[in-house]
Order: sequence, then C-alpha cells, then structure tokens
Amino acid sequence: MDFYLGLAQIIGVHTLLGLSAYVVLQTGQVSLAQAGFMAIGAYVAAMLTVLAGWPLIAALVVASLVAGITACLVGFPALRVHGLMLVVATIAFTEIVRLFFFNFDYQISRGNLQVGPLGGEGFRQIRYFPENGWTTLHVAVFIWTVVALVMAALWWMDRSRAGAVLRAVGEDEIAAQSCGINLTAVKVSAMTAGGAIAGIAGGLYAHYTTHIEQSNFTILLATFAIAYPILGGLSSVFGTVAAVIFIQGFLVEGLRFLGDWRNLLFGALIVLVMNIRPSGLLDARTMASLRRLFGRKEG
Amino acid sequence: MLELANLSKHFGGVRAVDSLNLKIEPGQIFGLIGPNGSGKSTTVNLITGLLDVTHGSITLAGEEITRLPTHVRLSSGIARTFQNIRLFGQLTVWQNLWVAENARAQRERTNFFSRWMGGDRGARARITRALEFSGLADKADELAANLAFGEQRRLELARALAAEPKLLLLDEPAAGMNPEEIDALDDRIRQIRDSGITVLLIEHHMELIMAIADRIAVLNFGQKIAEGTPAEVQAHPAVREAYLGTAG
Repeated sequence: MDFYLGLAQIIGVHTLLGLSAYVVLQTGQVSLAQAGFMAIGAYVAAMLTVLAGWPLIAALVVASLVAGITACLVGFPALRVHGLMLVVATIAFTEIVRLFFFNFDYQISRGNLQVGPLGGEGFRQIRYFPENGWTTLHVAVFIWTVVALVMAALWWMDRSRAGAVLRAVGEDEIAAQSCGINLTAVKVSAMTAGGAIAGIAGGLYAHYTTHIEQSNFTILLATFAIAYPILGGLSSVFGTVAAVIFIQGFLVEGLRFLGDWRNLLFGALIVLVMNIRPSGLLDARTMASLRRLFGRKEG
Repeated sequence: MLELANLSKHFGGVRAVDSLNLKIEPGQIFGLIGPNGSGKSTTVNLITGLLDVTHGSITLAGEEITRLPTHVRLSSGIARTFQNIRLFGQLTVWQNLWVAENARAQRERTNFFSRWMGGDRGARARITRALEFSGLADKADELAANLAFGEQRRLELARALAAEPKLLLLDEPAAGMNPEEIDALDDRIRQIRDSGITVLLIEHHMELIMAIADRIAVLNFGQKIAEGTPAEVQAHPAVREAYLGTAG
C-alpha cells in the first residue's frame, strides 16, 4: 500500500510541475526554467519549516511567492528572446539555480545536530511530516488536495477570457498585439503563475522526500516538466495529469521489471505515443467527445 | 480622425514610405491604392506600430500616437484586419472575438472580474452583434481554423469590430473573394461607415474601391501621387502612368 501512496505523491508533485509548464506553454514559450523554480520552492519551504519552525502551509505559500517573484524577474529579460533562444536562456537559469544550491551552506545547530542546506551534500533531515505524525496517507491526501486546487484554478482560467488571451498570444503574437493585447504583461504573468506553481511543487517535494540536493533539479527534470503538457496535449489540464500518470506510473514504475531494457522502451514508447497522438494524449477532439459522453454542452 | 504628417519609413536605402501626408476625415471610407510594393502595407504597419517610423508623425483623433506601442494604439480605438488572414486558429470563433473585445473592456475600465472571467453582459451582447453582422452567428463554437476561407475573412472583420473601434484599417479585405462575396463585403463596409466608424481601405480590387470610397489616395514608390474623389483619381494622368506604365 505504501508503495502506491508513495507513487501517488510522486505523481502529484510531477503533475504540479507539469502544470507550471502548461501555463507558460500556452503563451507559446518553451521554458526549461521550471526545474529552477521548483528548486527555489523546495529550498525555501524546507528552510522555513526546518530552520525557522514554520507550519507547512505558511512555508508553502512563501515558497510559492518567492519562486513566483523570481519567475517574474526572469520573465522580463526572457521576453526579449524567442523560440530556441528562450530554451537556451532558461536552461542557463536552471543551471545557475542548481549551481547556487551546490555552493549554498546555511546550517544551524539543533541540539547536537547540524541542520540546513550543506552545499553538495544537500539538505538532509527535512522531518516535518514524521515529527508532526503525518502518515504516508495523510501526505498523499494533502498533496492531491493541493493538486486539485491548482487544477481547478487552471481549469477555470482555461474557460475564462484570461485563458483565451494566453492561447491567443501563443498562437500569433502579431495578431494578439493587433487586438490590443500587451504581450509583455501576458507573458510575464504566465511565467509568474508558472513559477509560483513550480514553487509549490518544490515545497511539497522537499517535505515528502525529506532530503533534497542540487542534483534533483537538473535540466532532465525541466525536460520532464515540459514533456508532460506537450505529451498530454495543451487543450486541457487533464492531459497533463494523464501524461504524468503514463510516464511516472506506467513507464517509470510499471516497467521496472524490465531492468535495463526499461530505459530503452521508455524513449521508444514516448516516440510511439507522439506519433499516434500528435496533438497530445487528450487533444481538443477527445475532450469534446468526453464532454458529450458526460452529457454536457460544449463551451 | 487620422492624420499622417511627413511620414517616412526607410529600410536601408529603400524609401518604402516617403514623406507621406494624409488626412482622413471622420466618417469617411478612405481608399489607399497603388501598385504592388508602393508602400500601402508599410503604411498600415506604421499606423499600427508594427514598424517604427523613420520620421514624421501620426495623429489619431487629435492625439499623437507616433511612439506608442502597438497594443496601446490598438486598444485605444484602432482595429485592423490582415492581408494574409491571421486568426487564432485553435480558438473558437467566439473566443477570437472575446479576446478582441478585451480592448474595449480595458478602455472603459471594466472591473477585473467581469473583464477576465467573462461575466460581462455587455461584452456578450457586443460579440453576438459582431457575429450576426458578419453572418457567423451559427459558427460561434467552431474552431477558427475549421472555417472556410470566406468565413475566415468575415471572422477577421468581426474580430476587428468587436472592440468597437473609431478607425478600422482593412488591408485587402477582398483578396481571394468571389464576386458574390465582394458584393456582400461592399455592403458591410458601407454599413460600418454608416455606423460612424472611419474606414481606411487598402485594396487592389478597383471596382470595389471606386464604388465605395469617399476619397482615395494613390501611392507609388512610397509617395503620394494623387488624391481626390474616385472620379478625380481615375482621371489623373500620374495614376494612369503608375498603373499602365505610359503617360496619358
């Protein structure tokens, strides 16, 4: 049972990470900075609960704010570059964050124990959940409550004018400008929202693994972040969840019995899925027929 | 309504628009014609701010807008369509207009909630009216990319109207249309003018522009070579030379 609850936690956190990239991708920006925002959220939240003794929810809120503000600051210069140049710039950001935490020491004594981040050794003993008597079940339920709230917010946004404006910018920047849309405001807002969501993902991640280090937040993680919404389809938040379950649940965990062959199959299956469903697991047409299935009017 | 004074745009040594002076009175259909490469589209891009002017000034309803960014100009009363259609293909017809109507919401400082979340009844009414005007009322839930060519042109027009502009720039709206569609377009442009919107019409289709324009300016090599009523322009020797290549 604990195995499945643990898996549910992983899937929950990766869903948040995927959703953070989903918002940014809607404006047509491919950002590999999400892993960096997640790292910031993870370290900030863990330092607040472990070193300052804050309650978890307050720590998550601040972690999300810090990551969001960072994303806003990154968003402005990142606006000047497009397409592949943006990819390169955001890779650089994730690397800068990683190297910062590689060199970041801030330890204090707690009894005869040293706690806090210790450079390459990482940040150990983030024991908020065990110390407060949360079971694996509690943690899984808590994570999925947060995921559900974020999904609900994004799902609502998708149906609002704000969502239409994000997608309009993603489709054609010149036409969007010519409809009076301020590209800077829209892109930076999307980047900020994405950063804030990635910050929450990081905060949750730090607390359920109890040990974080710079090597958790590499470019590979950033690629996963954008792979989820792309594989899942950009027409709905449910696509991202489906893609995370497919990758983390089925490909990573479900195929573990294959040993070394797993990695080979992993790549092959992703390529296969992209070929069979080029606009994502849950594309606009699938969503429309799902809606019909549940007897609701499109709109 | 719109005044261009000494407007110039140089690309390196090429003078795409050269010291252009135009004055468009409110409530007019003003036609801008000229052979290919004469600077018509460049002029539209200067007015909308997609290109920076080299020198000269642009004044909209008494306010100079020469240095304002594109989105500010197009949310303050100018709307446009594109020569090569630029819709938001993966958005529905309704959403295309919803995005554009935002410019009006911003202008009138609609409160945050009704502006972004769409509870605004006024916006719904305006979008519905623009769709009905363009004959797209039954297509509201279609994806824009799935529309036929003529419908896409009409959707672009509807999208431009959704923001309730004072000045509408139409960049070759009849391109690729059949005669029936052009007739319908002719009617629509007149109706738009009669509703009080000033229209700047760029068009290759002479029959259309001669029939509906109140006033016409002719460009050649970035310079204005003639201006006047359709009859005056047609009789102008410089215009004949520009189009036919021979004098007289």
